[in-house]
Amino acid sequence: MALEVDVEKTYGSFHLEASFRSEGEPLALLGPSGCGKSLTLKCIAGIERPDRGRIVLDGQVLFDSAAHIDLPPQRRRVGYLFQQYALFPHMTVAENIAAGCRGLGREERKKRVAELAAMLRLEGLEGLRPRQLSGGQQQRTALARILASEPRAILLDEPFSALDSHLKWQLEPELKDVLDAFAGVTIWVTHDLEEAYRNCPWVCVMEAGRTAPVREMASLPADPRTVGAARLTGCRNCGAAELETETGWLRVPEWGVSLRAAAPWRTGARAVGIREECLRLAAAGEDNAVDCAVVRRVEDVSAWVLLLRPKGSGPETPLLRMKVEKGAALPEGDTLRVVLPPEDILILE
Amino acid sequence: MDWFPLYNSLRIAAISTVIIFFLGIFAAYYIAKAPRLVKGTLDVVLTLPLVLPPTVVGYLLLRLLGPNRLIGQWVMEQFGTKLVMTWWSAIFATVAVAFPLMYRTARGAFESFDETLAQAGKTLGLSNTYIFWRIRMPVCRQGILAGTVLAFARALGEYGATSMIAGYTPGRTATISTTVYQLWRTGNDALAFRWVLVNIAISAVVLLAVNMLERREKPSPGKGVR
Repeated sequence: MALEVDVEKTYGSFHLEASFRSEGEPLALLGPSGCGKSLTLKCIAGIERPDRGRIVLDGQVLFDSAAHIDLPPQRRRVGYLFQQYALFPHMTVAENIAAGCRGLGREERKKRVAELAAMLRLEGLEGLRPRQLSGGQQQRTALARILASEPRAILLDEPFSALDSHLKWQLEPELKDVLDAFAGVTIWVTHDLEEAYRNCPWVCVMEAGRTAPVREMASLPADPRTVGAARLTGCRNCGAAELETETGWLRVPEWGVSLRAAAPWRTGARAVGIREECLRLAAAGEDNAVDCAVVRRVEDVSAWVLLLRPKGSGPETPLLRMKVEKGAALPEGDTLRVVLPPEDILILE
Repeated sequence: MDWFPLYNSLRIAAISTVIIFFLGIFAAYYIAKAPRLVKGTLDVVLTLPLVLPPTVVGYLLLRLLGPNRLIGQWVMEQFGTKLVMTWWSAIFATVAVAFPLMYRTARGAFESFDETLAQAGKTLGLSNTYIFWRIRMPVCRQGILAGTVLAFARALGEYGATSMIAGYTPGRTATISTTVYQLWRTGNDALAFRWVLVNIAISAVVLLAVNMLERREKPSPGKGVR
């Protein structure tokens, strides 16, 4: 089973251009909030109408602007797990699940509800209303209701945003088990790299309404390739850069430095990044060194974070962040000379 | 004591409430979804009868429905019946005056409805009719019921526009409110007072019903999200 998406939609000043393909194995749609992830899901489900493009699921065209095809959500067989689950508040758990059963007789419907309640550990809760359930039970009810409708794809919109983080760790493996048993397409929307990494073998990074090519999740942290992906993987220091053709070094004007990088420059690249834990104090005469003023020393749970302003950069330039583990010597003084090691420099688009 | 005014008031209020219920929900549903300009304009037009003096509403209705006026004349020619001075003429007045109460309350309920419930219903394959009657209406029932009860109460108490369009004919068009005025005007103070008590009793019961609805519908603080 495969889902192909290639859509565009303009919403006021926001422009969405989403293009990806997913085959069975869960695909994470990863991006910061407001980047258009939910809107993309809504286009697939038929809740929002793209301006242009094409959506094909399991060989069936769900939407095609050129051919004037736009199936209503009822006929798409796409399950949507909403952030707040969207359970019908006036119905019991059993009635909510039964509402998802399409065109079954009374007896069959009853049997199906019982099966799904057993599968999602909702036995004994069938007579309760959604507001009497815990967050996890609500999520399982919503999943049971989706599975009852026999979808060909399940779209998860930030499935854990409504839950406390300690609950998340408890519920995530359960959700993963349910999805592993599901034969259709799974699209998992999140802004949390770790959540996506644990649950999805494939990833499509989204930034300001645009999707990057789908790639294997495992390679994303070490090689984020774009500024957006680098930020999502926790790389806090990114600066615009350009190649100096005569030396082959990379000029980063906002840090006032030219850098030597181990990784080769690519066409289309426009920035470099370096993780905060990779910065260290420079030895005398070392390359890739930047003189900085120490703006602030912030104590975090397990480390100190130094906020550094590279010499000569304006007040609007983002500060460099340098992480020093607690127990290591905290550099003293108002100015520091730090080095950005060549092997740790990420080349970003 | 002749109970006709009570019977007449109740049937007028009941019939108008049924009409207002459907008209109000229809208007509320579509206007809640309308673009801002349309919404603002229609809102003013539809709420106007609530704030205008009932005599002004009555005057406007007579201008439309009177025997020699636009609609009144046409109906007379086509069906040979006049629209004013019958018992059911009062329904025009009560509908016009009580409609805004239903419309506004129902619109408020529809606007606070969580649209993701309707979207979820669609993705599950539920028809739009099912979603409207089995999800949207039950979820909004508090506002809709409150609007219906308020509209009924207002229709029951309507005097100004009713007296202009249906007049006061004992045993034919007399309602509680027009009877009270007539009895007081003719000096029958004792009987007038009895009708006043009847009216207060009915209104008190209606308001009690509204309060009980609100108390029962108040969402109990539950655990979980939201």
